[in-house]
Amino acid sequence: MKLELDSGLVAEARGLADEIAGPVLEFARAHTTVAIERTVARLFGVDGVDDLGVPLPNVLVDALGPRLGKGLAMPLAAACAAGRTPQQVAEAVAAGEPLDDPPEEMLPEARRLAAALAEEADAAILARRAERSRLIEQYGDPPTPWIYVIVATGNIHEDARQAQAAARAGADVVAVIRSTAQSLIDYVPYGETTEGFGGTYATQANFRRVRAALDEVMPEVGRYLRLTNYASGLCMPEIAACGAMERLDMMLNDSMYGILFRDINPQRTFCDQYVSRMVNGRAGIIINTGEDNYLTTAPGHEAGHTVVASNFINRALALAAGIPEPQIGLGHAFEIDPDRPGQLMEEWAIALLIRELFPRCPLKYMPPTKHVTGDIFRTQSLGTLFNLVGVATGQHIQLLSILTEAVHTPFLSDRMLAIQDARRVFEAARPLRDSLQAVPGGPLEQRAQLVLRQAVDLLGQVAEAGMFEAVERGWFADTPRPRDGGRGLEGVAQREPGYANPFLELWEPTLAEAASA
Amino acid sequence: MPEIVPYGDTLGDGMVQLSFTLPAPADARARELGLQFLRNTGFLEPQIVHIAAADRDMTFYVAYARAARGVDPDEITASEVEAPELSFSQINALIERELGRRMVVIGAAIESDAHTVGIDAIMNMKGFAGDYGLERYPWIEAVNLGAQVPCERLVREAQERRADAILVSQVVTQKQVHARQLTKLVDLLEAERLRDRYLLVCGGPRLSNTFAKELGYDAGFGPGSRPSHVAAWMARELVARAAAGEQPQNA
Repeated sequence: MKLELDSGLVAEARGLADEIAGPVLEFARAHTTVAIERTVARLFGVDGVDDLGVPLPNVLVDALGPRLGKGLAMPLAAACAAGRTPQQVAEAVAAGEPLDDPPEEMLPEARRLAAALAEEADAAILARRAERSRLIEQYGDPPTPWIYVIVATGNIHEDARQAQAAARAGADVVAVIRSTAQSLIDYVPYGETTEGFGGTYATQANFRRVRAALDEVMPEVGRYLRLTNYASGLCMPEIAACGAMERLDMMLNDSMYGILFRDINPQRTFCDQYVSRMVNGRAGIIINTGEDNYLTTAPGHEAGHTVVASNFINRALALAAGIPEPQIGLGHAFEIDPDRPGQLMEEWAIALLIRELFPRCPLKYMPPTKHVTGDIFRTQSLGTLFNLVGVATGQHIQLLSILTEAVHTPFLSDRMLAIQDARRVFEAARPLRDSLQAVPGGPLEQRAQLVLRQAVDLLGQVAEAGMFEAVERGWFADTPRPRDGGRGLEGVAQREPGYANPFLELWEPTLAEAASA
Repeated sequence: MPEIVPYGDTLGDGMVQLSFTLPAPADARARELGLQFLRNTGFLEPQIVHIAAADRDMTFYVAYARAARGVDPDEITASEVEAPELSFSQINALIERELGRRMVVIGAAIESDAHTVGIDAIMNMKGFAGDYGLERYPWIEAVNLGAQVPCERLVREAQERRADAILVSQVVTQKQVHARQLTKLVDLLEAERLRDRYLLVCGGPRLSNTFAKELGYDAGFGPGSRPSHVAAWMARELVARAAAGEQPQNA
């Protein structure tokens, strides 16, 4: 099914998105954050907690204090010069050893050591990536739309069990929903966790636990099983690093989600998204962007163009961070009021529009949540319509609608019913994609063209005002966020002369080539 | 009035529809296992109409059965708030006439709850389902603190803004965490001797008026509650309390 779109408008949208991304990237490249520096520590192999339970990457970055703008890499590498590992240095700092700036004559040696540690970490990330490719080759990739479900018990061992059950029931992608407050904590918790609220803490050990559980059932189900978590909130790049090391396959990783929906400071998020995306790009992780959320605060019928505009911006920022289109899972959602006449046509139009605008991106399609009630029978039938639109418009990643959405976190059987419905609809309706044609000039095509025009208008306004200003004015998701407001601003520092980050030095020269893959 | 029983297709048939999962394999014993479970639970003449393996050692059932007992409507009091059906302009007029000042309402999703959808639906200008939110009411000063607001901050803001009512949303829940968080707010207000100063109202998909009152709230609004419904109840209650001299703070 094809749409007649004005190719001039599409080109204009891409150009405007690049224009918008430029100053954001310039800002990110002139600053660092506590999360970015903790990522350096993690990739250097620092893990664990001190006597008070503070993660050692936090201990190291806290020890930098006002020297944040110079970066952690040089002091840490210099402290390793005597033959210690970064982990041993971190333990010593936790025990009270100061983390000094290296003296001038130590700098070349520190620089060499830091580069070597970065190359070692990079090789480990690439090895996990190669392992994924090998396993996909061995077990095979499922047809699209991939069936994506969530588990959210709070207990990682129960999650692992439910992840396996979901895979056996037919899931292709399992996301472990995070404990609700995690995006607002400025550290990554440590170890396997068994208590959470509305979800389970994202920790490296938890990633490893569910990864192993899914790997265990791959031979049985005969397809590669993808694992998803959330590189969002105050620890975007750290979570990305944990995911890269544990072979996660997808990360929720939006450039604005934290700002708009978690009131995280815009400056902080724009820096953190850049580095987290660089890590995800390098690790072969598919990012999922969060435009679906826009429609939970603004009406779906009126705000479709904000989703499309944000898709263009998210894509531009992802490409600039070295993520190629096949790893950019742009998000959107089935969130128009189902009682609105013509709702299904409008959903179809937007889903098809986004499909046509980003043909190489693995689009992530989110189910109805806003207009869903405790009437589980109604929710189930909305889910069926959502599945129909998903397969007929060629969506790539379908986060399944669950009949008990808005009631509780999914029961085992809720998830099974959702998977059965999705498989049935996908098999029944897959040929529709190549069978239908929008009536030229008909309501569906007109709707898609209107949304595209509105999106281009909005992009034009944002390009003129600048991204920080657009966010301050509440142009996205009806939610104004001031540049100096929100959480985490104290963790942002301007990069000072002598700032060193061996990962940026290693990766930044490769970004353009990586993005064009 | 005599007891009533659920209605399937004949008055008095007592038919109920059930689905559940038992942690046992979907093998030859599965049907009898499901039937016996329903008999043990007290249902009569159970029928299992669908059995499916939900995983290894997990069986999903759809069943019908007759209820063993009914319920006497005369013994039941309302679990939903009995709010007056007042329009937007009637509510404003009521506050203006009876209170003579704006009613101050402070709202938040508290503690671990990161979801603003509930509090926004009631408070945001646009409201929902065509029913304007509290921010649109000229005679209501509506302050929406958003999500993940610690109880301590909510109480502090309520004092600073001389609120008449505190509105709490709890959307996401797991293992009864919403009840613990709602209770924490009541405990905090009581410890600070502030409980009587505010209309304390909660809302969310898992809440009923009865349950809210058990937790120590003045009212609870369940799924489908509209802003005008909440506003009308608060305005009426506040006016009644002011008349009874129970609302010292802003009087």
